[in-house]
Amino acid sequence: MKMERVDKELAELRHTFRSGKTRSLAWRETQLKALLDLVHDHQETLFDALHHDLGKHPVESFRDEIGVVKKSATHSLAHLKNWMKPRTGSIPLIFFPASGKIVSEPFGVVLIIGSWNFPISLVLDPLIGAISAGNTVLVKPSELAPLCSSFLLNTIPNYLDPTAIKVVEGGVETSQHLLNQKWDKIFFTGSKAVGRIVLAAAAQHLTPVTLELGGKCPAIVDLTSISSHYDTRIVAKRIVGGKWGPCSGQACIGVDYLLVEEKHAQFLIDLLKKYIRRFYGEHPKESNSICRIVNRRNFERVQRLLKDPAVSASIVAGGFIDEERQFIDPTILLNPPLDSELMTEEIFGPLLPIITLNDIGESIEFINSGPKPLTIYPFTKDEKLKKMIVSETSSGGVTFNDTMVQFLCDSLPFGGVGESGLGRYHGKYSFDTFSHEKAVMERGFYPELEPRYPPWNSFKLKFIQLAYNFDYFGLGLLLMGLKKH
Amino acid sequence: MATTIGEKKVTVFGEEEAKQLVNELRVVAYDSGRTRSYSWRVTQLKNIVRMCDDSEKEVVEALYKDLAKPELEGTLYELGMIKNACKVALKELKNWIRPEKAKTSLTTFPSSAEIVSEPFGIVLIISAWNYPFLLSIDPVIGAIAAGNAVVLKPSELAPASSSLLAKLFAQYLDTSAIKVVEGAVPETSALLEQKWDKIMYTGNGRVGRIVMAAAAKHLTPVIMELGGKCPAVVDSDINLQVAMRRLIAGKWGCNNGQACISPDYILTTKDYAPKLVDALKTELERFYGKNQLESKDLSRIVNSNHFARLSKLLDDEKVSGKIVYGGEKDEEKLRIAPTILLDVPRDSLIMSEEIFGPLLPILMLNNIDESFDVINSGTKPLAAYIFTNNKKLKEKFVMSVSAGGIVVNDTTIHLAVHTVPFGGVGESGMGSYHGKFSFDAFSHKKAVLYRSFIGDAALRYPPYTGFKLRMMKALMGGSFLAILRALFRGSKP
Repeated sequence: MKMERVDKELAELRHTFRSGKTRSLAWRETQLKALLDLVHDHQETLFDALHHDLGKHPVESFRDEIGVVKKSATHSLAHLKNWMKPRTGSIPLIFFPASGKIVSEPFGVVLIIGSWNFPISLVLDPLIGAISAGNTVLVKPSELAPLCSSFLLNTIPNYLDPTAIKVVEGGVETSQHLLNQKWDKIFFTGSKAVGRIVLAAAAQHLTPVTLELGGKCPAIVDLTSISSHYDTRIVAKRIVGGKWGPCSGQACIGVDYLLVEEKHAQFLIDLLKKYIRRFYGEHPKESNSICRIVNRRNFERVQRLLKDPAVSASIVAGGFIDEERQFIDPTILLNPPLDSELMTEEIFGPLLPIITLNDIGESIEFINSGPKPLTIYPFTKDEKLKKMIVSETSSGGVTFNDTMVQFLCDSLPFGGVGESGLGRYHGKYSFDTFSHEKAVMERGFYPELEPRYPPWNSFKLKFIQLAYNFDYFGLGLLLMGLKKH
Repeated sequence: MATTIGEKKVTVFGEEEAKQLVNELRVVAYDSGRTRSYSWRVTQLKNIVRMCDDSEKEVVEALYKDLAKPELEGTLYELGMIKNACKVALKELKNWIRPEKAKTSLTTFPSSAEIVSEPFGIVLIISAWNYPFLLSIDPVIGAIAAGNAVVLKPSELAPASSSLLAKLFAQYLDTSAIKVVEGAVPETSALLEQKWDKIMYTGNGRVGRIVMAAAAKHLTPVIMELGGKCPAVVDSDINLQVAMRRLIAGKWGCNNGQACISPDYILTTKDYAPKLVDALKTELERFYGKNQLESKDLSRIVNSNHFARLSKLLDDEKVSGKIVYGGEKDEEKLRIAPTILLDVPRDSLIMSEEIFGPLLPILMLNNIDESFDVINSGTKPLAAYIFTNNKKLKEKFVMSVSAGGIVVNDTTIHLAVHTVPFGGVGESGMGSYHGKFSFDAFSHKKAVLYRSFIGDAALRYPPYTGFKLRMMKALMGGSFLAILRALFRGSKP
């Protein structure tokens, strides 16, 4: 897309915002309803595009993309009126009569940069937040999911207000040009490396930013406290579902690696293998229920992780690679070297390393030795261990005994900490992330407090000291001449 | 790293020292967990209160040395506010620390959820020179309350205050977790090279950009408390005397206009301007007497750089002849008297940058509604003020002026109210603090979801089928009817 055209779009977004059109509840509701219509009307097209770009099955596409968008838009529509209401803050008596409130107002013109692994929901979900908060928005979908990107470019203008919500397609050059402009807020989903670039660009204009990044999300598997036949199966299913289920491991909140006690390792591996077979068949390459690796570059990156002979020697399941089809089997590795690239970089692929420990409590130190992840997935029934994990590790979030589902919970903030991200969204947090909370205080002209003003003397000093302590009794005494000053 | 200059050993704070400092603090903040304990936080906060009570005289002296700040401003706007912030934190801390229960929905049933506040870890606070104690200790209070280890870098432009802060912190607070690093650009740069878990900067937009760019390298979240030209719109038909007193208190009564939320300029109508100017003159004289250049109730200008900067604003030929009050300067004593300029052109120097001094330009409009265009044509200020009894005008102002905060019929008081967030937007900053907002600013809100083993839906897992798709749609849509329908239809394609 020509850069002059991009500049024109941005200018129009500014103009539209200034007109005040996007501030009304009616406008915001209309856009959200139109977005619901968009995903409803074009569901089949979206299934096709996601299947083309990522090999995603419609169930996965609905669960992780279309369903998420519908849920978020519906939730927003149900609560928006309330969210827009000012919040009251109590004002100390000394300021009487006065009122204080917090008014949420849109930042203005927002840039949303999407990611390729969930190319629809990671663009539309933040968009829902930006619209709900009353901003005008420019969306830059990922070029690595080309059919989804062009779908958004062509379809959004037919449903949403084209003067206020725009889509720009393009690659690195377009993104760089966009980042050089002045935005009132930037929302970015993607890798750490690009996150740094986005934040540095935002610094030039003092633009506030939300970064949804990633990290190595560990699953802690405490098979000492979980031993029943039923429960261990659930654990295995949820781990397999949380690793290869979302885009074949290419998800920021996907399970990256496992921590388990040495004595349970083989049991766990066997169980995982069983469910991989059940979910994806004997030849996962043929399964229609698993995504493929998004492109050649990422395929080669993941393949390279296995090149280290110490790493490939640790493979205990899978490992099959089809170069032509860019397919890598669901692969499990047992105790690959901790300094291998596999264990130091976010895998973002279908490889699952298992690291064994003597005692499951050691998982805390293990996790703390690396950067803070987006999510930690402890599988345990040990209440003490649960408490320790929550209080002694730091991560965007913690989900006990399951994987991925926190993404669907609108009452929980979704975001990272440290290298896994900055800021959060979902539910009201989406509305807040795209709003400036403006403090508004109002006073009457009467009564007036003389002691506020110079020339200063000891009486006024005492008065204000008492006022600061909200010592109304003392103030009364002072005013009646019964207090020394 | 120490070098010997003559007989004295001089310790230089460079990259090595900064790295070592950060590593020390990491051990304290992460490994030992000391800063996370409730009792540690309470002890530090109580010690800050004691520190303020014990050192009032020294603080007032330091402020006088650095800024000729009147005693009352020092004790109240600095120490008084600090003690208040501690008291609020001490009273509320247990509540703030308690995890917040969160609702869960059908899609994650059965489950329970909570939001847990945890400290970011190690925090860098870079403070400003105009309220050197308040703007240093207030953020430190928030960082401590949230359980972080802290490094404070006070402003070198208020040197007496900076060294007093270093001395007092070492005396009263846990020096293994709370440190002061004094210095200027080299020391600040060395600090900014390190990886912090959160940085808070109070100051101007130019340096703010540098701080944020440094933070970007480490993906460090930042709070920026910057400034801007805070407008004060004065409508007619108000209690002019009270309005002017409040304006004066917020302008010259706050470090002689050298405050981020001081009203920077006034907008009023041509008709009302003469009355306004007269009222201002009357009240100014009542407050500061006849010889305002020498008044002990007014701060001086902080240094010769700023004095020169402010002089230049007055020397601008576009405003010659516009001074209707004051204008006296004493370069040796670094004093400028309260000065009012009437009907300045919008393209004058004084209207193009934040004044941060005792000069008050008044813009005259044909009618008061023109204020909105003037204000919105500039960058978003930290605060915006309006004096009016006109309900519609007031509502329009609140709705259409974007600023960090808005006060109607007064100035600056929102700084003292801890139940509203204090912070900027756009060029005036990002993030906010005061009261619980301080605690939140220095906390990571971790979402914790507890799931049960029962209620596992096979439809979540591959192999995927049409039935699973229908069930999933129904479940995510939350409609029981749809769920029944899907179940009833069964696994038929």
